[in-house]
Amino acid sequence: MEERRKERLDRGIKIRTDKIYALMSWRELSYLTMPRLVLIVGILMLPFVVPGMYWQRVISIVCVYALLALIFDFLAHFVGLVSLGGAFFIGVGGYLAAILNTSAGLPPIVTIPLAALIGAAICTVLLLPCLPLRGVYFAIVTLMYPLVAARIIEALDILGGTDGIMGVESFSSTWTEQYFIILMTLLFLFGIRRLVNMDIGLVFRAVKDNDQAVRASGINITLYKAIAVFIASGVGCLSGACLVHIYMWSGISLFSLDFSILPIAATVIGGAGTLVGPVLGCFILVPISELLRAFGTLRIVFYSLILVAFIVFRSEGIMVYGQRKYHQFERWVKI
Amino acid sequence: MSSQSILQVKDITKVFGGIIAVNHLSFDINEGEILGIIGPNGSGKTTLINCITGFIKMTSGKVIYHGKNIEGKPAHKIADMGIARTFQIMRPYYTLPCYKNLVIPLFSPRAKRTGGWRGGGKLGDRDTVGIDILEEIGFERDSFVPYKLASTLPTGYLKRLELARCLALKPELIICDEIFSGLSMSEIASMVPLIERLQMDGITMIMIEHRLRELFQVANRVMVLNFGEKVIEGTSEQVMADEKVKVVYFGSEGAEEVMKYA
Repeated sequence: MEERRKERLDRGIKIRTDKIYALMSWRELSYLTMPRLVLIVGILMLPFVVPGMYWQRVISIVCVYALLALIFDFLAHFVGLVSLGGAFFIGVGGYLAAILNTSAGLPPIVTIPLAALIGAAICTVLLLPCLPLRGVYFAIVTLMYPLVAARIIEALDILGGTDGIMGVESFSSTWTEQYFIILMTLLFLFGIRRLVNMDIGLVFRAVKDNDQAVRASGINITLYKAIAVFIASGVGCLSGACLVHIYMWSGISLFSLDFSILPIAATVIGGAGTLVGPVLGCFILVPISELLRAFGTLRIVFYSLILVAFIVFRSEGIMVYGQRKYHQFERWVKI
Repeated sequence: MSSQSILQVKDITKVFGGIIAVNHLSFDINEGEILGIIGPNGSGKTTLINCITGFIKMTSGKVIYHGKNIEGKPAHKIADMGIARTFQIMRPYYTLPCYKNLVIPLFSPRAKRTGGWRGGGKLGDRDTVGIDILEEIGFERDSFVPYKLASTLPTGYLKRLELARCLALKPELIICDEIFSGLSMSEIASMVPLIERLQMDGITMIMIEHRLRELFQVANRVMVLNFGEKVIEGTSEQVMADEKVKVVYFGSEGAEEVMKYA
């Protein structure tokens, strides 16, 4: 019997610099654009494919989590700040949108961008003292923020206390709700992907790689960390504002740790450092979590098993694995 | 050579807990000069430059740069004023290609003002400027080397990349922390002319070294440190001939031994 071995070759489509592509044919053009097209069209089609109102609502919630997972991945793998403050961003954005809507009477189309901007400013200022911290230390401190915020609202009975703020205006229809948040997800996914490859994005990545060398290059690292946190918390607050308009209610459950923890699980499953991976991770995890509702309290057991299986068998994440396979030829050769 | 002093270090002291790392040290460096700093391990050389460049706070003392006291300023401000440094343990951005490593210093406010190394006040495309700097520092432009990930490069190139990062800021003073260490003899041999060329371009340099032969070749003046104190300061010949330096390096018995063979 003749012996064979599997040969793997990288596709030589990228040449020299990462800005110039040598495109020879429609085939290569589609090789580059297909994955993006499949993703965009796939997500845009979702509201049509899913059965019933309940699952349409799930899509909106998935997108809220997807935005959070996206900024977790951005902060953790491109700036070096492991942030567990996702719930804080959601809470700040959510409460701001609720106040702007109920007190000032602004429509959702105005409250959402306003909540994102004001919320980003508030979160950045509040996180400023933690910016000299790195890695797990930053994670611990950011985890305190949502816990503290919820207890303050509860204890001081401000902003509606434990009842929350009721009567927030909803989106004009389910379709606008879904397409607004889906488009936002796609916009920020591709926007942040572009950002990390721009010159300012390289500075962010350099801060993660080696912050001392960045200081030696005459760049104020705290400033750039603050810019990154501003961008990330802006996106987080935007998703929080959307969530409040979906639920038509804002309460202290916005600060619940689900919003901090699930994005991390999604990043592990989707593939850290790919940006698109965490988004896809949410599209897997959140629906699974909904499906498992039938099992009652056992739900968390199944959920954990799925997570463990992913970590043991595909610890690199779906997207890292997928990208590698996509860029490789595999064939059997005789030896 | 002009004798105007660019940097004056006045009475620096740095104490770590109970250990005096730098002890009341003062020295001057003139414009266009290369000052070598040598001394045994733990004599406070790296601590000294960490103090000067603002990476650690000095306990007491003053650093006068161009007539201004820069003591207590943050590291990025000091780099912004034109004092660039290399690190003893190289600190490239391993996940970025070499030429992208230079985008970061070129993004700094100082590079925007000066246009980067050789730049005439206007900064062009950062990638192109980065590759130009790399070529000047000894990366072959037509090879793959400038486009490789920094994590795949050998030590020789990484040391040059450290220097390139300094040059991208268009500095007036470069402080090199053991730029020759870990290099092969041939790599050092090709570094020496580079250092000499930088001096001809008008850059002042402070070089901390353990490779004495090469240092004495390029340095105008050499200062010897031991236990954070200055042992002697003078030309290479003066330092080599000095009794105290031999004691510092070889111990009192060792010095006698060396003298026997000398």
